[in-house]
Amino acid sequence: MSLTKTVIFIFAFSTFLFAANEANQPETKPAEPKPAVEQIPDVDEIVNKANIAAYYQGKDGRAKVNMKIVDKKGQTREREFTIIRKDVEDGGGQKYFLYFLRPADVRKMVYMVHKHTDKDDDRWLYLPALDLVKRIAATDKRTSFVGSDFLYEDVSGRSLQEDNHELIQTTEELFVVKNVPKQPDTVEFAYYNVSIDRKAYLPVKMEYYDRSNKLYRIIEAVKIEKIQEFPTVVKSVVSDLKTGSKTEMEFSDVKYDINIEDDMFTERYLRRPPREAIR
Amino acid sequence: MITSKAITTLTLIVFAVYLPFSTEAKADSNKDSSPFLAELPIELHGFYELRAGYRTRKDKFQKDMSVMETRLQLDISSYLQQADLKFKGDLLGDMVTEQADFDLREAYIFTRPYDFMDLKIGRQILTWGTGDLIFINDLFPKDWQSFFIGRDPEYLKSPSDAVKVSLFSDWVNLDIVYTPQFDADRFITGERISYWNSNLSRLAGQDAIQHTNRPNRWFRDDEIAVRLYKNINNYEFALYGYRGYWKSPAGQNSSATQAIFPDLNVYGASVRGAVGKGIGNLEFGYYESDDDQGGKNGNINNSELRFLAGYTQEIGKDLTAGIQYYLEHMLDYGRHKDSLPFGLARDKNRHLVSWRLTKLLLNQNLRCSLFTYFSPSDKDLYLRPNINYKATDNLAVELGANIFFGDYPNTFFGQFRNNTNIYTALRYSF
Repeated sequence: MSLTKTVIFIFAFSTFLFAANEANQPETKPAEPKPAVEQIPDVDEIVNKANIAAYYQGKDGRAKVNMKIVDKKGQTREREFTIIRKDVEDGGGQKYFLYFLRPADVRKMVYMVHKHTDKDDDRWLYLPALDLVKRIAATDKRTSFVGSDFLYEDVSGRSLQEDNHELIQTTEELFVVKNVPKQPDTVEFAYYNVSIDRKAYLPVKMEYYDRSNKLYRIIEAVKIEKIQEFPTVVKSVVSDLKTGSKTEMEFSDVKYDINIEDDMFTERYLRRPPREAIR
Repeated sequence: MITSKAITTLTLIVFAVYLPFSTEAKADSNKDSSPFLAELPIELHGFYELRAGYRTRKDKFQKDMSVMETRLQLDISSYLQQADLKFKGDLLGDMVTEQADFDLREAYIFTRPYDFMDLKIGRQILTWGTGDLIFINDLFPKDWQSFFIGRDPEYLKSPSDAVKVSLFSDWVNLDIVYTPQFDADRFITGERISYWNSNLSRLAGQDAIQHTNRPNRWFRDDEIAVRLYKNINNYEFALYGYRGYWKSPAGQNSSATQAIFPDLNVYGASVRGAVGKGIGNLEFGYYESDDDQGGKNGNINNSELRFLAGYTQEIGKDLTAGIQYYLEHMLDYGRHKDSLPFGLARDKNRHLVSWRLTKLLLNQNLRCSLFTYFSPSDKDLYLRPNINYKATDNLAVELGANIFFGDYPNTFFGQFRNNTNIYTALRYSF
């Protein structure tokens, strides 16, 4: 193949991929009216409280995370990392670090996120073998998180503004909220229902339905512990009913309000995290 | 070159940091009489790798095997009360050179003596700048040979024996890297990869291995690289400076018997941040070829302006595309051309476009990527396809190629046409 032909081929191929993406323009839908329920908090209050309880406990925190990914054939993969988080504002921006311990080929890699609710997150990856600080150009939050059945959004939290919320069921223990995306073509689900524990306001079960109204994905909180006043999900499981794959995520050494400095989430600590963060 | 004054200042900085620190450590060990080494926590990791590759085109100056090696990397880290220790080295059985080798990749001590300072002393891998496999202000040594024969991209970076001082403040941060003895690139010598030999006006390999005269006096043939940087709303701005030498041979002595590393100063700047749905970056550098300021010496590289613009975006599910434009502009081209007695002069401007596509499949366990360099001015092309599959958490298999095309035998990538190779690797990490 001549040089020119090869170049044209590769370039045309790349351009095609860019063009395909441009066509995916989201459309907006007006918000649905909220049903009034007697003696029961407003649905916005419920989802707000649940969001804070699930993702914003304390003003900062750290934990060790173990993930076990089991595919339908029973093959297991494991991930282990430390996570350090600091809230910029409750229910708003957050900064966090992931310091990988396992598997061996990603050991000591560091992933840093400045999460925003009004624009795309800023994400960095540090590769120690190359001493390289990379900016990650990833905008799709519905992609797998470190190869597990959890999605990036499950771990970082989905912005409340992205869905219309409706309280569909109230029991003695639970509120069940149905969430319908405002931009349905940006996500793979048609809607999802979240069961929220009425006492702790923790989401304990999330069920995702596809466009044919079929349940295909479940996230369950299987173990909750009170850590420094804060009810915390210390073990959760996500099951992908379509692929038969499952991921367990377990938190240990959880600590809240450890007074993490703001400047920790900078290039300095990305290149070399503080010791207390990593052991 | 660096004045002795600068060295003294640097030595003083190192001592000022170390003195209070070492006395503290001594005091501690006096109090505690338990054996010091037994208390040292040790973490041992690494990998074992088999890698094999063949040339797909005949190269009469080289073996058909482009790479054929087994490698054991040991990565040992430990922690003292105030410092981290790191040792990383590769034991290599190389069947192409028919030699066993030990490549010490890292051996350093890292400390955080003050709130505003980090210090890393010893053999280390260093990287900065914004390019993706294109470097302007990153003048730390590269291993182009490893890169072209199909080793892991980790080996594109070769180690520096240096002191890195990092200073932090609210308004700006400063990195200073001092290398007391010049660390050259592991460049193409003809030993493993054939190259264009301008003296012979033909491709050459093992029949004409490049001999070099490398500056090697400690504390005199030294390098200093600085980076001043600041993050404003997650736009990363940086200014760079470098005083040292061209990292790969950039000229030859007057009798044309030895390749040389002329003096080089570089001044540059970069910015990187979110642009639209992706990440954009700009970088530029002024390469001042200090031994040939006027550009009259045809034996020494011209001064240059180098410029890079890049953009990366996620364009589909687990699919990322990046594109870069890179320019090398010779500043005294006329004089350079006039000074050449014969042979092919290079173009005044070398334009290079690169693009990268990366797709993750099978729960991100399969990574397919294609990196392409294309120079419309040199009319050459370099493709790096690679497929990496993680069969288990510990075991990965890899298949890739280095493919070179070129209309002329003397251009940057064109000269490596006969090095086109395909390789495979198996790696067990622990």
